[in-house]
Amino acid sequence: MSGTLTIDDQIIPFSDGQTIIEAARTAGVYIPHLCHRPGYSPHGSCKLCTVFVNGRQCSACTFPAADGQKVISTNEDMQQDRLRITQMLFVEGNHFCPSCEKSGNCQLQGVAYHLNMLDNHFPHFYAQREMDASHPDILIDHNRCIFCNLCVRASRDKDGKNVFAIAGRGINKRLIINSPTGKLKDSDISMDDCAAHVCPTGAILIKHTGYQVPIGERIYDHQPISQVACDTEADHDE
Amino acid sequence: MLTTFLQKVLTEADYQPFRLLGMLRKVQAQYQHIPPEAIDSLAEALNIPRTQIIAVVEFYSFLHLTPQGRYDILISNSITDQMLGNDQIISYLSSTLNVKLGEVRDDGLVSLNHTSCSGMCDQGPAGLINGYPLPRLDPPKIDRIVALIEQQTPLTEWPPELFHVEEIIHKPGLLLTQAFNNGDALHATFTRGLAETLAEADLSNLRGRGGAGFKTALKWRTCSQQAATPRYVICNADEGEPGTFKDRMLLDLYADQVFEGMTVCAAIIGSNQGLLYLRGEYLFLYEKLLDVLQQRREQGLLGTNILGRAGFDFDIEIRMGAGAYICGEASAQIESLEGKPGIPRTKPPNSVMCGYQRKPTVVDNVETFLASTHIAIHGGQWFADIGTPQSTGTKLLSISGDCARPGIYEYPFGVSIREILQDCGASDVMGVQVGGPSGTFISNRELDRVLAFEDLSSAGSFMVFNSTRNIFDIARNFTDFFAHESCGFCTPCRVGTSLLKQQLHKIIDGHGSAADLEELSELCLVVRNNSHCGLGESAANPILTTLASYPDLYLKQLKHQEFSPGFDLDATLNVARRMAQRDDPSAHLMQVEN
Amino acid sequence: MTNKIKIATTSLAGCFGCHMSFLDMDERLVDLADIIEFDRSPFTDIEHCSPCDIGLIEGGVCNSENIHVLREFRKNCKTLIAVGACAINGGLPALRNFVKLEDCLLEAYRDGIGVDNPQIPNDPELPLLLDKVRPIHEIVKVDYFMPGCPPSADVFLAFLTALIEGRDPSLPYKLIHYD
Repeated sequence: MSGTLTIDDQIIPFSDGQTIIEAARTAGVYIPHLCHRPGYSPHGSCKLCTVFVNGRQCSACTFPAADGQKVISTNEDMQQDRLRITQMLFVEGNHFCPSCEKSGNCQLQGVAYHLNMLDNHFPHFYAQREMDASHPDILIDHNRCIFCNLCVRASRDKDGKNVFAIAGRGINKRLIINSPTGKLKDSDISMDDCAAHVCPTGAILIKHTGYQVPIGERIYDHQPISQVACDTEADHDE
Repeated sequence: MLTTFLQKVLTEADYQPFRLLGMLRKVQAQYQHIPPEAIDSLAEALNIPRTQIIAVVEFYSFLHLTPQGRYDILISNSITDQMLGNDQIISYLSSTLNVKLGEVRDDGLVSLNHTSCSGMCDQGPAGLINGYPLPRLDPPKIDRIVALIEQQTPLTEWPPELFHVEEIIHKPGLLLTQAFNNGDALHATFTRGLAETLAEADLSNLRGRGGAGFKTALKWRTCSQQAATPRYVICNADEGEPGTFKDRMLLDLYADQVFEGMTVCAAIIGSNQGLLYLRGEYLFLYEKLLDVLQQRREQGLLGTNILGRAGFDFDIEIRMGAGAYICGEASAQIESLEGKPGIPRTKPPNSVMCGYQRKPTVVDNVETFLASTHIAIHGGQWFADIGTPQSTGTKLLSISGDCARPGIYEYPFGVSIREILQDCGASDVMGVQVGGPSGTFISNRELDRVLAFEDLSSAGSFMVFNSTRNIFDIARNFTDFFAHESCGFCTPCRVGTSLLKQQLHKIIDGHGSAADLEELSELCLVVRNNSHCGLGESAANPILTTLASYPDLYLKQLKHQEFSPGFDLDATLNVARRMAQRDDPSAHLMQVEN
Repeated sequence: MTNKIKIATTSLAGCFGCHMSFLDMDERLVDLADIIEFDRSPFTDIEHCSPCDIGLIEGGVCNSENIHVLREFRKNCKTLIAVGACAINGGLPALRNFVKLEDCLLEAYRDGIGVDNPQIPNDPELPLLLDKVRPIHEIVKVDYFMPGCPPSADVFLAFLTALIEGRDPSLPYKLIHYD
């Protein structure tokens, strides 16, 4: 099935099998998201891409596009909900941007900037999470993990390895590593793995490459994620 | 030792990774936890990543990575158990057994913890020991239990009456009073014809009894029309909604009628394989149900060529849950049945088209199958004549809380709440929680509302509160429950239910201001409107519905004009005070400045 | 008496970097000085707040004195602004939250290398440390937030100009930074 759908009064085409967010991206329309990435199986967990479809709320990254669909993606209430959801992610973990190498290139930050987020709003959870610096080339800072599952999918679907999984329940979720010690150094991850590069935040970082682009000159320092997401994500994966 | 044990477990499970949860239950029962070596061995034998096993262990409340006591006691913290004094029960257990709540005794003999509703609200305060029920706990009973534990008497040698769960039916109705002989529904179905029986189900307008109320015949028809095979029939016996226990009673006393309903469904949709997902709390029913299944095989009602009908092969396997409310959600249950954490799937596609093993699957509630059995026998009109046009037939209620006669009641849909309250002997009613925490709280001003999908729908839970109860105890208990049971998949529910809990506690504990109440209301809507599944969508209901009924009580709870911290400010100096050995006035902080 | 906008500023668990950034307004400060004056602030050495229009709080809350100062500001300032990453989420000082306070104190005053005369300071004059470093919005109501480490001089100017003109402050995209 193909045809056209309407997102916020803009008519866009879609092709067979596309989700709403894919159709939107193809047409250059940005819908905020963190757990979605073109080329990866849809997950639908961050809920930033929640849109109204024919009056019903659903995730644009999992919901199939259909002919004549009326999608409302941007209104004041929805942006406010997205802001609150983003703030939830900030207080759930420990996100200290000034000391994070990903700052300026971080999608969590990019979405927050896009939503004009000036504060964390909620009380912090003060999660006690660890850092795994055991691997010679790849660093994991669990404080910054937002459970988007992209590394899990990357390792399983792209790298064929299953290095990562998400365990726990509710607020006690945690990213775990498939190795006898639970440490990254004992897993079979390698530098070329998609899983090593897919993290939207600074939870998985490549060592020895930090600050090649200075703070202040990075992606979201200059351009809103709404303007660059459709292009950069396509460049990266296609 | 472990290796031999695992070999046995693996063999019994036929090395099928989708039976992982059952295997882990056995390891847990044997070793009081899942040892790392077991994780490695199972991962290798089943050819699955060890992370899947860890994820499963961490997801289900009854599985543990660290050893629990050889006698593992769990006390239900359902609101009705709380009203019946579960706190005193815990204190008494804790002092007599010398073990703290949430801990394992040093000698490893015993551990004590809370658990979500154990499905015995009509005979609380209740608990579980090594998975087996301990209803009606009181100090004399605890004394006996403690003695047995200290003597290290194996559970199998304990007096059976300690575990005896009564099935108290106060008001049997249309379904519970029907005469039934094994095979009646199948004979009727084959005599009438499959398509004709489906038409009768359609005519009956039976809607799913698990709460959502989707039309059963439509689900069956859609499933039968899917091209893909095999197709599966799943009976959802994971009634985790606090306050409900009617499926326990049905499986205890009416199991044949439930299994027969599954078999009728199998005949209609063309399925060879049925699964009963039995909640972990109902372990005591497991052996009994296996016997029922075996008898049915012997009677030619399960197995191959059922009732001599060539080619109609169908059998039922029982799989146990392990303490996760979310697994009552159909797609989460399917994930669980596949040996994974019970995380609800993304829809579309729904499970009718893409369910167990990604094949067409009907998932229906225990009571739905029971009703289907009788509809197959008596026809659709017989059922549709009862109830209301949109809610035909009868509904089983599990009634608990402040009433003289807690237990099971069967009512035609359309009955008023007032009538139900009279029948169960409830007086001085403050309000009723219809449908459990995910349902609706109604105050005593709304007792003329009726039980029906078009007004108050309930999967079975019906909890009564009299005027001595504190509305905040109720809202807090339910809100904490959702935070505990959130699967954590999506942000609004994972983080939002914990924030709701914090914010509600802040107000109840007297640290709230008007801005906090506004914040609470706003947060309720964010969680409700953006969550992935029904759990998140209903997690704010306890707050929203009590706030709607008693706005004045919430307002009275706001003790401050100005903002106050949501935590005990002075306590944040405890460590520093202790280490500096200070207790002077400047070593303390006021919660709010005068 | 003047009709100038009165501003109070302080740094709690901060590094004064935000204050330095304020001064980065350079020559624009000259114009600003015509319409604002400072009350309690490191710029003035006034010890306690009198009633003010605007309070700027740099830094998070790490000890009991921070709480008292923050409350004094809240009491006296019509508009209270959290300035910079530390005031907003605890910032770098909050990295100590990963270490138990007990271990921090023992390392610093008893077990650490080069500790002479080991003892935990206990003079009643000294503020006690909170078990965690917290953002200020968990202690008092905060009206506005200026993100950045530090917020740039332009951010200060945008906020102050808006408030002085009686508008709700907002930041254009290029001024929003968390680093």
